[in-house]
Amino acid sequence: MASNVLSAAASASPSTSPVTDLLKGKGRLGSGNVGSLFIKDKGNPFLNSKSCGRISMAVAVNVSRFEAITMAPPDPILGVSEAFKADNDEKKLNLGVGAYRTEELQPYVLDVVKKAENLMLERGENKEYLPIEGLAAFNKVTAELLFGADSPVISEQRVATVQGLSGTGSLRLAAVLIERYFPGAKVLISSPTWGNHKNIFNDARVPWSEYRYYDPKTVGLDFEGMIEDIKAAPEGSFILLHGCAHNPTGIDPTPEQWEKIADVIQEKNHIPFFDVAYQGFASGSLDQDAASVRLFAARGMEIFVAQSYSKNLGLYSERIGAINVVCSSTDTAARVKSQLKRIARPMYSNPPIHGARIVANVVGDPALFDEWKAEMEMMAGRIKRVRQKLYDSLTSKDKSGKDWSFILKQIGMFSFTGLNKNQSDNMTNKWHVYMTKDGRISLAGLNLAKCEYLADAIIDSYHNVS
Amino acid sequence: MASDSVFAAVVRAPEDPILGVTVAYNKDTSPNKLNLGVGAYRTEEGKPLVLNVVRRAEQILVNDESRVKEYLGITGLADFNKLSAKLILGADSPAIQDNRVTTVQCLSGTGSLRVGAEFLARHYHEKTIYIPNPTWGNHPKIFNLAGLSVKTYRYYDPATKGLDFQGLLEDLGAAPSGAIVLLHACAHNPTGVDPTLEQWEQIRQLIRSKQLLPFFDSAYQGFASGSLDADAESVRMFVADGGECLAAQSYAKNMGLYGERVGALSIVCKAADVASRVESQLKLVIRPMYSNPPIHGASIVAAILKDSEMYQEWTVELKAMADRILSMRQQLFEALSARGTPGDWSHIIKQIGMFTFTGLNSEQVAFMTKEYHIYMTSDGRISMAGLSSRTVPHLADAIHAAVTRST
Repeated sequence: MASNVLSAAASASPSTSPVTDLLKGKGRLGSGNVGSLFIKDKGNPFLNSKSCGRISMAVAVNVSRFEAITMAPPDPILGVSEAFKADNDEKKLNLGVGAYRTEELQPYVLDVVKKAENLMLERGENKEYLPIEGLAAFNKVTAELLFGADSPVISEQRVATVQGLSGTGSLRLAAVLIERYFPGAKVLISSPTWGNHKNIFNDARVPWSEYRYYDPKTVGLDFEGMIEDIKAAPEGSFILLHGCAHNPTGIDPTPEQWEKIADVIQEKNHIPFFDVAYQGFASGSLDQDAASVRLFAARGMEIFVAQSYSKNLGLYSERIGAINVVCSSTDTAARVKSQLKRIARPMYSNPPIHGARIVANVVGDPALFDEWKAEMEMMAGRIKRVRQKLYDSLTSKDKSGKDWSFILKQIGMFSFTGLNKNQSDNMTNKWHVYMTKDGRISLAGLNLAKCEYLADAIIDSYHNVS
Repeated sequence: MASDSVFAAVVRAPEDPILGVTVAYNKDTSPNKLNLGVGAYRTEEGKPLVLNVVRRAEQILVNDESRVKEYLGITGLADFNKLSAKLILGADSPAIQDNRVTTVQCLSGTGSLRVGAEFLARHYHEKTIYIPNPTWGNHPKIFNLAGLSVKTYRYYDPATKGLDFQGLLEDLGAAPSGAIVLLHACAHNPTGVDPTLEQWEQIRQLIRSKQLLPFFDSAYQGFASGSLDADAESVRMFVADGGECLAAQSYAKNMGLYGERVGALSIVCKAADVASRVESQLKLVIRPMYSNPPIHGASIVAAILKDSEMYQEWTVELKAMADRILSMRQQLFEALSARGTPGDWSHIIKQIGMFTFTGLNSEQVAFMTKEYHIYMTSDGRISMAGLSSRTVPHLADAIHAAVTRST
């Protein structure tokens, strides 16, 4: 029986080549009328369903093989925007995801980015595959921007830089490298930290634990706790640090505190792992915001640094970033780079060109670079003004005497309000203010006009909900 | 200060075998060098090609003042996803109408395969995937890293330089029930050998009877035969029987969007609510990998697919690329015939798509690289897209020399 089927198929095979047929204008085999091939299918061992006087099609199980799959919960951060969209109240305010908004609460594409895109179009560049490590011009400028063009790590070629899919993708490449080459090593992440950090390390199967960071009593940094926990970690652990504008708290160590953190990391032979998502966006100065990373690099330490251009160049959806690994020698950096490539290839083969070209054009052209710096100062400046107005509103409206000055001390896009989950829910349910449940608000989504409303909401949630 | 590096144990990884060919090619200074390695289309002048319709779409996008660069959702651009599903499954596909398909934007073919494989490794009861022998070099790496174990099924018959259909049926017949099977939708890479439609039907019946789970890799839709519908027949055949399958789509070749990394993963499920739950789990795979996909390439694709005039223009440019490849096949075949090169070279015109599996061994390949500056992968695969009327004679000479030289 089986042989009948096979020989029938064999004789149905064409002897002319598909190529000559096509060149003669004949279509590809088959008119789609597949069922007609097997009308006489009695006894066909490959069919397990009955033919009921019509063409029988061997169908797989009637129940889905994915039946047992449960609905996953929405992403805690990205899910906030979805909920915001669904809300019809005109007073609604989206302080969820950290995407910059103008004073009119509109998304913002930087002028310098539009200029770069137009330049790229005029040049009519091709769309060939990038090498696995990404656009060379981008890798060069991104490392220089981070470490400073005159840094020894650059001149000594000790940095392995690989273009990655924004911050997330760059962190993921590093996490996989850690899992492979530092088996059993732990990553210490701050408590709290960006919600996706733990997911990245979980999926890469890298164990992690937390170091104390946020002190709810002071709404500031628990520096003693941080140092203790870093000291207590097994030697050779990876310490995940936010280069500037800590997410979600907005609380950064002072320069003196950074020195002490570097001391204890060196003492324990830990490896610093920086997440730099806000260079230039925190203080308005690219160099100032890179000071922490450069401090560590100046000490000759080996360092991981993940970069993102989502916020500072407004390239959110272009997914452009980089993983940089500062090594002790040129040869080591070359080897590390080759292994990072080996991780990227089975994940996505090579990274997307568009965002990389934009960055290379902006950072690589002195005029555009200066323009960028000005736009960045403008964005950071707007955030600072909004912080001030919010603080002023809270202070004038709240008669309890609570100290709201942490709003001014925190830096970057986010503020950790100190509101707990119930209070955050109240913000949303009663006031239509969308934020993450950890009490984080994105000041980038706030404008001067809405500060008073927000102050009312915060005061109400803080005092009337427990 | 530690003088030892923490990376002391990190060894240098070898160059990727496929992409490494271009690295070697770039280093060669010979004016006669020919890059037949990576599958990127080249014009008759040997230049990369950006489709006119792509440039048009891009111009429209860049000029549109209302466009922003906000994060896409984790599953990517909604329009792009809907249009991609229609492209591969057919606009009138009942599976789409029944809402049984979840489609998520991914990073070209590689990214779609990886996300699909990670999903299966987490949620599917069978963790083995059967891949054809041979297959694209990156396939086993993708699946291994995703957590699947990889087995092969017979595919290429070196004796006929065609399909080992018997072997294929036997090996899939021996696979455990429920195992995953990787199928190249059309234009098999690296061999260019595709099953006939009758053979596809038999494969379908076998797969369904054993409840194997088909996972299609569709990287050449429209590029193989010149017809988008014809090149999707295999996938549509499986969807038509009401069963489940996965399909990874790439727009790298058929829209020339290589570096933009545009692709989609579709999972066809039995029911709409299953598809919805599956989608929610796909998001959990994607978020810790890269959060959300890049917008640029997907926007170009969506703009072209949704505009009937641009879509038309695309099909014309696509057919022109496919026709040029067919013409190269014919010319190479004729050039070898003219030289009286020993052996049967008809497989060059029987195989389909961008690649030809020449049947040359690694020693012959090395000879061709050294003496004739022909760059290709050591398995004997050549990218026809890298040939032109001008360079065919040089390649034919090289093959002739490789085959006739005394060892």
